[in-house]
Amino acid sequence: MSQNPTQSDEQGAVDPNLPPDPSRRFWVASACTLGGVAGVATAVPFVGSFAPSEKAKAAGAPVEADISNLPEGQMMVVEWRGKPIWIVHRTKAELADLPKHDAELADPKSQRPGFTPQFAENEWRSRKPEYFICIGICTHLGCSPTAHFQTGAQPGLPNDWPGGWLCPCHGSTFDLAGRVFKNKPAPDNLEVPPYAFSPDGSHVMIGVDEYPNKA
Amino acid sequence: MAENNVETTGLMGWVDRRFPLTKMFKEHMSEYYAPKNFNFWYFFGSLALLVLVIQVVTGIFLVMNYKPDARFAFESVEYIMREVPGGWFIRYMHSTGASMFFVVVYLHMLRGLFYGSYRKPRELVWIFGVGIFLCLMGEAFFGYLLPWGQMSYWGAQVIVNLFSAIPFIGPDLSLWIRGDYVVSDATLNRFFSFHVIAIPLVLIGLVVAHIIALHEVGSNNPDGVEIKQGPKDKYGRPVDGIPFHPFYSVHDIVGVAGFLIVFAAIIFFGPEMGGYFLEYNNFIPADPLKTPPHIAPVWYFTPFYTMLRATTSDFTWVLSAAAAVAALALFAKGKLSGIWRLAVPAILIIVAILMKTLDAKFWGVVSMGGAVVILFFLPWLDHSPVKSIRYRPSWHKVLYGIFIVNFLILGWLGTQPVNATFTLMGQIGTVIYLAFFLLMPVWSRLGTFKPVPDRVTFRAH
Repeated sequence: MSQNPTQSDEQGAVDPNLPPDPSRRFWVASACTLGGVAGVATAVPFVGSFAPSEKAKAAGAPVEADISNLPEGQMMVVEWRGKPIWIVHRTKAELADLPKHDAELADPKSQRPGFTPQFAENEWRSRKPEYFICIGICTHLGCSPTAHFQTGAQPGLPNDWPGGWLCPCHGSTFDLAGRVFKNKPAPDNLEVPPYAFSPDGSHVMIGVDEYPNKA
Repeated sequence: MAENNVETTGLMGWVDRRFPLTKMFKEHMSEYYAPKNFNFWYFFGSLALLVLVIQVVTGIFLVMNYKPDARFAFESVEYIMREVPGGWFIRYMHSTGASMFFVVVYLHMLRGLFYGSYRKPRELVWIFGVGIFLCLMGEAFFGYLLPWGQMSYWGAQVIVNLFSAIPFIGPDLSLWIRGDYVVSDATLNRFFSFHVIAIPLVLIGLVVAHIIALHEVGSNNPDGVEIKQGPKDKYGRPVDGIPFHPFYSVHDIVGVAGFLIVFAAIIFFGPEMGGYFLEYNNFIPADPLKTPPHIAPVWYFTPFYTMLRATTSDFTWVLSAAAAVAALALFAKGKLSGIWRLAVPAILIIVAILMKTLDAKFWGVVSMGGAVVILFFLPWLDHSPVKSIRYRPSWHKVLYGIFIVNFLILGWLGTQPVNATFTLMGQIGTVIYLAFFLLMPVWSRLGTFKPVPDRVTFRAH
């Protein structure tokens, strides 16, 4: 190439005053670019390996719960996709109280997208008014709130507490329809999962939109 | 081949002709001149290094018996505690070491704050240091999941979900970090990998960079005067400096002895430290269906945790107003030049609007993260004409006092369950913390500064 022909090994190192060689510049830049592309391309599978594995994705099978023995005013918990699912049998009085504190709620009509499926876009946020089912994970940072169904003043809760849940982590409060109170860390109502009741109403299946036809 | 000329002979000479061992020892120990007026605050740097060694060594031995598997993790920790000979001692050293690491690092950082050790030319020493602090926080967080107790599980759940607060990419990002839809075995395994390999490597690299940068510019001292600019002896050594070895290497051993007394007392008499070092709920195996009635992070995270909890949607009005006022003040004052005069206030106004349009949850995460990240900028926030607190106006000392007390209160609040009073206190505390740093360019240049001596103040003893 275009090296000074007088340069040779016997004369020592390359003359520092040698002008830059444009053709070498080009090859240095090309090699660096291609090497960089290869480096980034190699990073892709490493970054990708962080995503949920096929096994984790497949673990989302629906679960069924027997609710025939769940008394009024009580709650049961089942596990679905590793998360707690709450099933609450609400009393008539609790249902009647639901609309009374709408003004204190952040999203009383459950209009914010992503947390309430269409079938639950109603005052009680459920398929059947008496059964409330939701994912028991706070929409703030994912703790599981604790049930405080007793109404009225008690430690950590307002004096006019209508019954519901208190998140132990950051103090968000939810009413008995899983609706979040205003000015709390949690931005959204508790998420309602897809679910369906068996025809006789004794069972509920979490994770499906229609109860499977068991022949 | 000609060999390098060295002064040493024998075996050391053989090594020195091939590796700069004596040269490095001189550079960093026996001919590194540190100011002669160090006080006890200067123990904490070497103590941090000691705790790092303790953590690495005990960590290596714990990994020999620990199983990073959601089914066996809790059990294997109990196995270490009950059945491995001396396992309890190694594990308590590691768990106590974690908390003591933060004790010495917080004091080490406070020393830097007092004596202006982050000021020119030590900006990079400080920045590497804040990087080490971030790595430590990462180590503490990843390591805390490993025992797979209730606090491990729900603490990780909360922190990973912090990322879901980031608009648009958040939910996918937290899914990507967990590797599952909930904190699970996949999460445990990757956290283990980070805790024992990735972060320690970065941490040790940063510690080396921290020390190299420090030895390049020289240590600061309680007077904040440069010994390199002071008088020199006939060999060109600063007369206010003494060789690190043997003077400070021996001096630091006193600190080490004192530290080890405290350290051993904790390990043998109170390794749980009343639930502050090891939380009681973490003796219950992780249960994904039930959050413990009261969860709090370990004490060293609680000041930042309080700032997260304090950011409610009402509080974002305060933050929004503060951003708007700052925009007006910057625009009116006109200190910034050219395009920045318009751009910076404009960005602040946009932030003020976003405060009320994006979720308060996101801003909680921002104030918590910002409270740590702001430390990186400290060298450029402080405009005081003197480095050391000794020569600042007396009311500056009051401000530092308020800052320290406020930080402790924030920390205490973070361990408590929420209620209206504590939330309000947390909000006031958050404002004080942020204002201390963000208003520093203003307050740090105000007042009557005392004359700084030419030489360090030192009384022979």
